[in-house]
Amino acid sequence: MITSFTIATERHEPSEPPRSVAGVEVRGLDFSYGPARTGEVPRPVLAGVSLSLEPGELVALVGPNGCGKSTLLRLVAGLLRPAAGSIAIGDRPVDGPDPRVGLVFQAPRLLPWRSVLDNVAFPLELAGWARSARYERARELLLLVGMNGSEGERPHQLSGGMRQRAAIARALVLEPSVLLLDEPFSALDALTRDRLNLELQDLWRVTGSSTLLVTHSIPEAVFLADRVLVMSPRPGRIVAEVPIRLPRPRALDQLDAAIVSESAAAVRMHLEAEVAA
Amino acid sequence: MRLRSDRFQTGWIVAAAVLFVLLWQAIVIVGNFRPFVLPPPGSVGARFVQAWTDGTMERHVPTTLSEIVLGFGAGAALGVIVGYVLARSRFAERLLSPYIVAAQATPVLAIAPLLALWFGTGLLSKVIICSLIVFFPIAVATMVGIRSVDADLLEMCRAFRARPAQVLSKVEIPGALPSILGGFRVGVTLAVIGAIVGEWAGGEQGLGVLINLARGSLFDTPLLFATLATIALIGVALYAAIALLERRLVGARG
Repeated sequence: MITSFTIATERHEPSEPPRSVAGVEVRGLDFSYGPARTGEVPRPVLAGVSLSLEPGELVALVGPNGCGKSTLLRLVAGLLRPAAGSIAIGDRPVDGPDPRVGLVFQAPRLLPWRSVLDNVAFPLELAGWARSARYERARELLLLVGMNGSEGERPHQLSGGMRQRAAIARALVLEPSVLLLDEPFSALDALTRDRLNLELQDLWRVTGSSTLLVTHSIPEAVFLADRVLVMSPRPGRIVAEVPIRLPRPRALDQLDAAIVSESAAAVRMHLEAEVAA
Repeated sequence: MRLRSDRFQTGWIVAAAVLFVLLWQAIVIVGNFRPFVLPPPGSVGARFVQAWTDGTMERHVPTTLSEIVLGFGAGAALGVIVGYVLARSRFAERLLSPYIVAAQATPVLAIAPLLALWFGTGLLSKVIICSLIVFFPIAVATMVGIRSVDADLLEMCRAFRARPAQVLSKVEIPGALPSILGGFRVGVTLAVIGAIVGEWAGGEQGLGVLINLARGSLFDTPLLFATLATIALIGVALYAAIALLERRLVGARG
């Protein structure tokens, strides 16, 4: 797996320097929903959010419903513009949908009339890659997520877990230096979810992308992340940071280890304090 | 299994057609209708074959068919464009829809003579009538189809930096295609009506003209029926062509 990915990088972008993984720097972010035209009072969603991702770090973001986690992710992806504050990936600011970002949504959002291969190749097609090059690249990604053999299938023929694997392959196809995941496994059953968490850990180790994972699940956050950030209810702020000092690669049976339950308890305590406040 | 069920269906379709002809014959016999009121199926069939072999249909069918095809093409193209604009711009919808609905509510039968007056009794006036009548259902179907495209897919496109033209050709049009083709199905049958009405309002050739000839000057009721059958066949064939196109374009979806 590792080899195929590296070879792919060299073959398709010979002129580019080796990809340097960039971190993310978010400073004093404010954001409100509320149409200015109708004179409606804006509802603040985020108030002074600051966070940073070290290059190659995996950070999980947990918080109560509606605290603005997904909004924060959309801001980092450049899909929304902040009212105040700054976002930078590496040393360049984010000022619109950014090619350095790969985004995975809660629903797979595959095009139902396209095959799996054409869905994974979609970002390459938009970027103007030639057909044979983008198919070759998409096949490598399908191999990476364990979906070789499903190239010709349509999304409706796949299980929920397979669809989300395809969506992850699509997000990685342009080799983003930052991977943003918006509750990617929340619609899946528990067993599939565990498996995909394991696979996500492997993918993250192979690609080395800085990764920000929004999740509802404290075990998921603790299992995957280097650090867990806890957000307050709306307007959202980062109120706590829990480092997870668990060696990698992590295995599912480690979820019973004392350090895991301590970390989970710490995250839960911060969350409950926020909801009660 | 599939083959057997197909054969089973074909059997019923043939049986229904035979029953239709028998019923027709029975009505002629029981009602004792004279041939110029309701000709028996046998004489209509013979007249149909004769009209197709003696050059009558050869003269009139291509005229009507080209009116339908050109009118449908123009009306469908315009309908898809306007339907898209209506779907994406609230302002355009508020500005244009009263006129579009009013134009649709005015009977084509009433507009046809006016169009013949303005554009003559040649091909152009019929093409205009056909495209007018085809325009509305296709514009509405396109509008509904484009609006129904999943907003989440559009956001996904934005995240992957799709240009507006790419969103249109790769997501919006394919997403709206089932609905647009539904509009085509309705439109193509209306185009047939448009062509006949246009020919009644003035024309030298075409199946509408032939109906007038058969009824008014030739007193040839079997020919009238044979012409009606030809018009119906054209409608069925065009509808089937759209259905086939639909199956090829969207049939493989889930």
